[in-house]
Amino acid sequence: MLAFVVRRILQSILVMLAVALIAFTLFRFVGDPVNQMVGADTPQAEVEKMREVLGLNDSTLVQFARFIWNALHFDFGISYQFRQSVTALLAERAPATLELALAAAAFALVVGVLMGVYCALRKDGFLAKLFQAVSLVGVSLPTFLIGILLIYLFSVALNWLPSNGRGQVVKVGDWWTTGFLTVSGWKALILPAITLGLFQMTLIMRLVRSEMLEVLRTDYIKFARARGLTTRAIHFGHALKNTLIPVITITGLQLGSIIAFAIITETVFNWPGMGLLFLKAVQNVDIPIMAAYLMLIGFLFVMINLIVDLLYAFVDPRLRAAMQG
Amino acid sequence: MSHPNPEEIKGLTTALTGASAGAAPHLGPPRPRSLIERMKDSDIWLSFKASKLAMVAALVFVLMTFGAIFAPLLATMNPFDPAQIFLADSSLPPAWATGGDPRFFLGTDDQGRDMYSAILYGLRISLIVGGLGVLLAALIGITLGLVAGYVGGRVDALIMRIADVQLTFPAILIALLIDGVFRALVKTGNKEESAMFVLILSIGLSFWVQYARTIRGSTMVEKNKDYVQAARLVGLPVPIIMLRHVLPNVIGPTLVILTINLGLAIITEATLSFLGVGLPPTQPSLGTLISIGQRYLFSGDWWIVAFPGLTLAILVLAVNLLGDWLRDALNPKLR
Amino acid sequence: MSLRKLLLVASTTLALGITMASAKTLRYANQGDLKSLDPYTLNETTTNAHLGHVYEGLTSRGKNLAIGPGLAERWEILDGAKKWRFHLRKGVKFHNGEDFTADDVIFSADRVRAQGSNFQTRVPKGAKFNKIDSHTLEVELESPNPILIAQWDTWYIVSKKWAEANGSAAPTPAAATTPSHIALNANGTGPFRIESHQAGVRTVFKPHAGWWGKPEHNLTEIIFTPIPNDATRVAALLAGDVDVIEPVPVQDIARVNGSDKARVLAGPELRTIFLGFDQTRDELLESNVKGKNPFKDVRVRQAFNMAIDKETIKSRVMRGLSTPSALMIAPELFAFSAAYQSPKFDPDGAKKLLADAGYPNGFEVGMDCPNDRYVNDGQICQAAVGMLARIGVKVNLNAQPKAQYFAKVLKSGGYKTSFYLLGWTPGTFDSHNVLHDIHGCRADGSPRGESNLGGYCNKEVDALTDKILVEGDSAKRNQMIKQAFDITTKEFAYVPLHQQALAWGISRDVTLTQRADNSVLLYWATKK
Repeated sequence: MLAFVVRRILQSILVMLAVALIAFTLFRFVGDPVNQMVGADTPQAEVEKMREVLGLNDSTLVQFARFIWNALHFDFGISYQFRQSVTALLAERAPATLELALAAAAFALVVGVLMGVYCALRKDGFLAKLFQAVSLVGVSLPTFLIGILLIYLFSVALNWLPSNGRGQVVKVGDWWTTGFLTVSGWKALILPAITLGLFQMTLIMRLVRSEMLEVLRTDYIKFARARGLTTRAIHFGHALKNTLIPVITITGLQLGSIIAFAIITETVFNWPGMGLLFLKAVQNVDIPIMAAYLMLIGFLFVMINLIVDLLYAFVDPRLRAAMQG
Repeated sequence: MSHPNPEEIKGLTTALTGASAGAAPHLGPPRPRSLIERMKDSDIWLSFKASKLAMVAALVFVLMTFGAIFAPLLATMNPFDPAQIFLADSSLPPAWATGGDPRFFLGTDDQGRDMYSAILYGLRISLIVGGLGVLLAALIGITLGLVAGYVGGRVDALIMRIADVQLTFPAILIALLIDGVFRALVKTGNKEESAMFVLILSIGLSFWVQYARTIRGSTMVEKNKDYVQAARLVGLPVPIIMLRHVLPNVIGPTLVILTINLGLAIITEATLSFLGVGLPPTQPSLGTLISIGQRYLFSGDWWIVAFPGLTLAILVLAVNLLGDWLRDALNPKLR
Repeated sequence: MSLRKLLLVASTTLALGITMASAKTLRYANQGDLKSLDPYTLNETTTNAHLGHVYEGLTSRGKNLAIGPGLAERWEILDGAKKWRFHLRKGVKFHNGEDFTADDVIFSADRVRAQGSNFQTRVPKGAKFNKIDSHTLEVELESPNPILIAQWDTWYIVSKKWAEANGSAAPTPAAATTPSHIALNANGTGPFRIESHQAGVRTVFKPHAGWWGKPEHNLTEIIFTPIPNDATRVAALLAGDVDVIEPVPVQDIARVNGSDKARVLAGPELRTIFLGFDQTRDELLESNVKGKNPFKDVRVRQAFNMAIDKETIKSRVMRGLSTPSALMIAPELFAFSAAYQSPKFDPDGAKKLLADAGYPNGFEVGMDCPNDRYVNDGQICQAAVGMLARIGVKVNLNAQPKAQYFAKVLKSGGYKTSFYLLGWTPGTFDSHNVLHDIHGCRADGSPRGESNLGGYCNKEVDALTDKILVEGDSAKRNQMIKQAFDITTKEFAYVPLHQQALAWGISRDVTLTQRADNSVLLYWATKK
């Protein structure tokens, strides 16, 4: 058991190293950061000096070693654009992205499960067909177009919801800002959360529907029916409960990709989160931010995967036996 | 499945985008047969004929593919040839609207391109990029999945860890990376020619994991079955066993992934165009047309975004419907 | 609820209501960020305008760009423009309460010329600043310079005491590896102070109560947010989420003007957009012509000039919001502009010229173009590609984000381009800058021609340029400028396209003065 855990953690560390290597080497090629930082009339000698100061003239290996060493100390350097510590910048932006991702995941989970259950129970009902049709259209349109259409409809035409930003945010503790405590914060959250969560919502809806249909067919449910339980008890007490475990697990696993896909949503809604910071960093060839962002996303994925694997190892008797054997 | 193990969970992740890993073992008898053969005599064909929606989707998809292939014959102009585009004809509304021009049935874009022709050519590019992208992904994924599942051990661990790393980077990040590397390597190259290559590579490299995981799972099941053991005893070389015996029995579910991923790939291409690393506006795909058009959404030139958007939505919808139906048809539990 | 409590609540609500009514918050969104608050880090129009609310120069530029007094009340030009004497304004206070004196100017003069400053050319290297008394100083120059103060409105004066106390005596270079206090905080003399600054997200400005001038605005707060996406920015204005945006994409101008919430302030900008050719290399980097450079032949450059239909670009791409230009400088900045005319749009004539030059079937060439820097830059390039296709030239367009574009075509990238689109506003608002920076012969170690990406070179023009710098008589000077432009236009050094238009979107509750250099200066804004 311990050996398994240790091996799994070691593997995760290796994965992180690989992510770091990819993040670092690839971004080393994206472009020359020095050109971003100087005006057109900066003398060549000064440009050379800048390269020297930034360590861009060292060998790639030396630069990578320096990168890893600093990353271990949460030091990703200074953003070329903002002249601020990248760690501080990311920490400043993280609440916005995390709150958006959380809202999107909650929206996807709640609406997705409700619609999925409904579609499974009323398999041939009109509303079920409509839900499925809507969900299909939802996954058939690019996110950015959906976002723009929502802005056009709800902000410009109807003037109900704000078109960009986080609204009024409140400081909680030393480094967290939240939009959950103000009305404008909630209003600002609605459109981006729907845009971001729509894709996951349709996936969850379809998953719940097919899982429910499968479970409803099993002997287990047939027995429950034979025992004379009410339909409601069967549907929600037995069938849904069995469906929910994998659904919640998957939502957890998907949280990482929601955060990554927030890049597009944040761009459209000008949401001041990490994704927007990253995209701007790509456009301005701000290597420290790009590297740190990739490391962060990598870390999130690896951690989520690790936790899920370990949890299942503890929970699943078959796996536990296999590991001991 | 009250206590799914990690494998099943990963299978479920796959199921999210359509494929069901659990379906693999139920596929056909363990005798290698061609896919078409199996499809014909299974009740898949019957179910296809029974599903009107699937038939409509297939018809739409075939029509669109047809339009894309014969675009040069069907189009009224070549939207990729700057000599045929006249700026003076720019931003004309569709022929039926006031101010429309009968030469341009669906209107023109901001450069004077005929929207109808541009959509046909764009469709062509979107299908080529999406199609080749998912094929590349399938090729990489199936190969790695087969090897990982069959060989096992360290090779398996290595491939699956690479898959983990890869999953860390969504398609958009990968495309940004590949685009950047490409720019650095080919500094003075022709962007129009390289853009398509870059996109295909990005999609190929970001979508392969699903195939690998699905194939690996089913391969691990198949390799312990009698027919594989027998083939091994006879002394057939490993590559032959993998390709001729295991592959045909595990490849079924990938068809579903392939179909669903085609829709995702086309959307990814459009998004990358929006973020500025897609196809250039001189050689517009559907995605590029949409991202050009969205700039004119507020100004009232709705046709520049509406028609390509509609085409894209219908195309992806048709593909998704086909994928949906295929998944249900291949999943015996739902029958 | 007791009556007293009720009254208390009511009065509080009333009080709140009153403060709300008198609070005038102006929300402003720009395409670009405010990245560093250090006024010497980045020489760029938008950044300079932002910081112009907080910091001030010795001079200022008014609503029509005329140079006026700033922190210097007046000045005298002595000794044939070799010596300048400045009389500083008295009673000026920095935001932290310190007095402004000559020491701050001398400190700023050193700081702006120090290693890491992006504004080193603002003050000549050899200029000596001598303090006469606390509010008078003299500047001694090595050679006469009648346009010394041309760009001093954006040479912002920094407090010596404050900068030194906060470890910010040296300018924050663009490539800072440690965070600096002055990049995140500001202490100027300007009409607004920075209340809070979250780089790339939000910057809040509040009026500076102790400002020496008389405010022309009625604002109590400015909230600045960068919104890079065009559609989002326009939507924010139309939805009433922001009061001022810059820029409004030209295609959305009608939509904005049609809304009951906002309108567009449009006007001519001083930036000239043009196409340039590589005229240096013996063989173009990106072309199918081998062994020679077609752009070295003046007939080819003339043919390109005749093939581009500037009027159609204006009406179709710019939606009427541009001024087609025959010169490389805006008509507002050069008195004899009207004397110049673009060559007639004549594709057939162009084709013939190409044939005469030995390219009867045209040729292929790569083109570099930014797609997020100037108004509709990508579309202009596409239009040019189409027009050139009609004279047989196949242009392979490489439209790219400005980060990659500049990395490729600028001096630091090795001028790796064959044919390109660029925009230029002379920083001094004067022809000398245009002749020196984009027409001057390039030479190693000399700033001349540093932005002359194609390397056009004519020694005669260089000689005239040097004379123009020191000529004090404006009539003579204009004659010399005309002489120089006569040569460059006859040699078709470039294809000037147009001066683009400014387009700001403002709420109907806001009035604002638009300055032709595209500086959004909200200290001239009032809100209903």
